Amino acid sequence: MNAPVNPKKLIKGGLHDWEVVIGMEIHAQVTSRSKLFSGASTAFGAEPNDNVSLVDAAMPGMLPVINAECVAQAVRTGLGLKAQINLRSVFDRKNYFYPDLPQGYQISQYKDPIVGAGEVLVDLPDGEAITVGIERLHLEQDAGKSLHDQAPNLSFVDLNRSGVALMEIVSRPDLRSSEEAKAYVTKLRTILRYLGTCDGDMEKGSLRADVNVSVRRPGDPLGTRCEIKNVNSIRFIGQAIETEARRQIAIIEDGGSISQETRLFDPGKGETRSMRSKEEAHDYRYFPDPDLLPLEFDQAYVDGLAAGLPELPDAKKARFVADFGLSAYDAGVLVAERSSADYYEAVARGRDGKAAANWVINELFGRLNKEGLNIEASPVSAGQLGSIIDLIGAGTISGKIAKDLFEIVWSEGGDPHAVVEARGMKQVTDTGAIETAVDQIIAQNPDKVAQAKEKPTLLGWFVGQTMKATGGKANPAAVNALLKAKLGIE
Amino acid sequence: MSVDAQTVRRIAHLARIAVSEEEVGPLQGELNAILAFVEQLGAVDVEGVEPMTSVTPMAMKKREDAVTDGGRAREIVANAPETEDHYFLVPKVIE
Repeated sequence: MNAPVNPKKLIKGGLHDWEVVIGMEIHAQVTSRSKLFSGASTAFGAEPNDNVSLVDAAMPGMLPVINAECVAQAVRTGLGLKAQINLRSVFDRKNYFYPDLPQGYQISQYKDPIVGAGEVLVDLPDGEAITVGIERLHLEQDAGKSLHDQAPNLSFVDLNRSGVALMEIVSRPDLRSSEEAKAYVTKLRTILRYLGTCDGDMEKGSLRADVNVSVRRPGDPLGTRCEIKNVNSIRFIGQAIETEARRQIAIIEDGGSISQETRLFDPGKGETRSMRSKEEAHDYRYFPDPDLLPLEFDQAYVDGLAAGLPELPDAKKARFVADFGLSAYDAGVLVAERSSADYYEAVARGRDGKAAANWVINELFGRLNKEGLNIEASPVSAGQLGSIIDLIGAGTISGKIAKDLFEIVWSEGGDPHAVVEARGMKQVTDTGAIETAVDQIIAQNPDKVAQAKEKPTLLGWFVGQTMKATGGKANPAAVNALLKAKLGIE
Repeated sequence: MSVDAQTVRRIAHLARIAVSEEEVGPLQGELNAILAFVEQLGAVDVEGVEPMTSVTPMAMKKREDAVTDGGRAREIVANAPETEDHYFLVPKVIE
């Protein structure tokens, strides 16, 4: 928390430089078939109130019974965050009234959460890495959903989300810029997706962030913070922090002070505004839920879950660097999604790891991004891409032809070896054939030949002509050597 | 421990119970009587005693993760004063 201040991260105000201090509460929807305390489905997009049991609607006499899988998912997540797992935790009632909360309270965990302190290693775009402390993770129920735009004087309430399990993951105020905050959420999302404990789909609301922002002069104690509620995309998290930090700086530099409050970010207007209506309601009167016994399990249960965890992104990245000779940056790009990492490994196995990384990152990811596809929908399989790399490695095709081959396989499919045969794409290494082409070009361009003796950079033009004449199939090294010899260029 | 009139009004508001000004005084008396009654427990020495959560030692019952309920939107909204397309309709609440 009191790490040395990095001057590059300070925000310039009118009078001073300011340090922004950020902590986050991430609400991550637990991946499970049914809800935390009822047997209703968690599926997205059902008809209104169709995924609702009498428990979720808080009908009198209904009792909550906990979903064992949601508990396991919370423990797995805690392990993935290198956090302390509490063998005994307690569910409490957080009391408040809102139409999408039929119980009149949310079942949550207050004093004794299932997961305690942990940490997340976050890589920043400039290559720096920071460790962000996790304060706790607890299990709680999601609320229903209110629609306010259906009628002028009425709100429409759908309880399908009511009772779905959430993990609230609370970070320490360890973040010092919007970049760090965005990188933290991105990394947390990656870890959750690797673990399979939350799908991380922010568009569907599976991952939402409450962002606590305060500013201070470097070296000063923490300033008063404001909480920006329910920011639902990584881009908006960055914008909300920048906007809020500047608002606070302007107030303080004008001689004012910040009042602690909850605010909403409006991306359309690019501003945060106070949620005045909720201020007075912040008295939740937590108490242990008498319907639920403490949640207890033994260390053997935790160890069993730990043994079943997949390789996590940090470990995978280190292995890619060590085993495949990748740069930390490339390895980071590849492990950002488990499916990308799996694809890469299938391509790289038994091949040149760096060449495989170049093809996957530059050609494949570039093309997928352009088409708006994810890796699962890639028209080129790992096997096909591997074959293309094999063909280059064996000298059968040139790197340039390989890109054409990639295009053909992308749009038409097929076995790359067969495509190369069928379309005569093989590289010409036969010096005789190349020589014929070279001689012809030299004979046709006596002026250029004369110039080339003075200006060796003209060699490039001759290479281009030769490649054109051979349909790009000539071995570039052979072309270069022949031309140099014939033009008398050193 | 005792509550003043202001606390009574606050508790009533938090519980969304309408309490008239005439009722505040009597309620304050009743609440303070209850608190005084419960306060007798303070005389018991519970140093080092674990809070009891159940009369018989038992573990919390857990369910398997299976969809066993839902698909009854009509029943869910059956008692609602106003509904449309199986939504509950409530007076407009907006931030």
